[in-house]
Amino acid sequence: MIDLEFIINTISLGSLYALLSLGLVFVYGILKLVNFAYGEYVMVGGYALYVIGTFTGMPWYMTMVFAVLAAAFVSYMTELVAFRPVRTKSLTAMLVTSFAVSVFLQNVVLITISSRSRAVRFPAFFSRTLEFAGATVPLRNILIIGITIVLLTVLTIVMKRTVLGMAMRAAADRFTTTRLMGVPANLVISAAFIISGTLAGVVSIFWVGRSASVDPLIGMAPLLIAFIATVIGGMHSLVGAVIGGFVYGLLFNLLSIMLPASLISYRDAFMFVIVILFLLFRPEGIWRGGYTEERVG
Amino acid sequence: MLTIKDLTASYGAITALNGVCLEVAEGELVALLGSNGAGKSTTLKSICGVLRPVQGSVTFLGEEIANKAPEAVLKKGISMVPEGREIFGSLTVEENLRLGAFTSYQRDRYKADLEEMFSLFPILGERFTQPGGLLSGGEQQMLAIARALMSHPKLLMLDEPSLGLSPTMTDSIFELITTLRERGTTILLVEQNAERALEIVDRAYLLTTGSIEFSGTPEELRQRVDIASAYLGGGNGTCEVRL
Repeated sequence: MIDLEFIINTISLGSLYALLSLGLVFVYGILKLVNFAYGEYVMVGGYALYVIGTFTGMPWYMTMVFAVLAAAFVSYMTELVAFRPVRTKSLTAMLVTSFAVSVFLQNVVLITISSRSRAVRFPAFFSRTLEFAGATVPLRNILIIGITIVLLTVLTIVMKRTVLGMAMRAAADRFTTTRLMGVPANLVISAAFIISGTLAGVVSIFWVGRSASVDPLIGMAPLLIAFIATVIGGMHSLVGAVIGGFVYGLLFNLLSIMLPASLISYRDAFMFVIVILFLLFRPEGIWRGGYTEERVG
Repeated sequence: MLTIKDLTASYGAITALNGVCLEVAEGELVALLGSNGAGKSTTLKSICGVLRPVQGSVTFLGEEIANKAPEAVLKKGISMVPEGREIFGSLTVEENLRLGAFTSYQRDRYKADLEEMFSLFPILGERFTQPGGLLSGGEQQMLAIARALMSHPKLLMLDEPSLGLSPTMTDSIFELITTLRERGTTILLVEQNAERALEIVDRAYLLTTGSIEFSGTPEELRQRVDIASAYLGGGNGTCEVRL
């Protein structure tokens, strides 16, 4: 029922989803590309946790930092190697490229590690629960809320106060004109991919943390969630992405407690009904945003 | 300063420019005139790197700049005020100007530049913290020009600065162009409003369907070419539109 526990868990789930959808929209805002390889950055983060945590003696916090860095680096590399050469081509070419990148990354871990899932070690406190005011909440749920607050604050400052942030907002608005100001196209696009990968990396810690295991297809669900959250919230602004993430988390948890037990396994189907309703009646999402649809040429 | 030779550009199968030759000397104010679709904007886009020309050369200060990226052309010292103003609507006036100074930012000079822009365009000082999208058309045009000036361009290119503006606003924009020119800025101006442009420029080029049909001083142009017919593509010369 709707009590403190529900509220905290909903904010926690919403935080995770907000970070996910924000990462997707950062790239979409500038390139107008729905990056279907985005889920794979979460996967890369997960495998970095597994590899570093299992085969090195690195302390857990360093392992997490390196996992985030790995996701950010792979995101940047995909931009450099795969997306940059096709950037001036059609949007379809970019979309197909993003699928190719996704399949490629999945197969890299399939071949080099395993097709089966691998257990990832997490520090004991990660799965501990906290009890206060009658609510029992896993510590990692509190942790993700805190991290989300910090990340959103930092990103807001970067976007509002730094020249790079201004350039990225301008590029999402009018890409060619931004270049006419002397802002290099590669700079803003690379920055968008690095931020996108960083967010995916942070999410990977908590995503993998729920089951403490990672497999090559683990990126599918986060990609879908990010995509749905942006449809709900709005693809054309960062604010919309964050709103979409939280609304998705809320809807999901509401469905979980309101659906009768016999229907609970159809929760995803109900979720998609909501998405279809959004597409029918408010295709631009909750938050309209001001970005135009200009393509990068 | 700027020399264009045999510039040919196309949009897919449609040839927009066909062997355009053009020159702008330092300190000059040159107009590029012509009717809709004559290739005026295409010429500017080819110079500033937005459009890759099919062939021909664009030399700026002795350096070939055709096929360079827009950000590289800006660094060479060519700043563009694009058609339709292209203000960053979700960014404040301040942020628009700050991006204009993206490549040339130095703290002290930036502050002095802002002061200078406020004296040229007092309205920008008043609207400093407002989003650019909330400005009126004329104010946006001023912001677009100020934004372009922030990079201290050696050559300023203006694409249809008076388009869609009220007569009073048009007056102040033309006044401003004259002021800028007196201060030594080299300007290449694309205008629909040929008569107004001819009042202030040193030389003008007339483009018709992708080629330069005429070039010379405003007097020569007025004597030799029926401007109305050049703009309308007909020979009756009776239309009062734009004249």
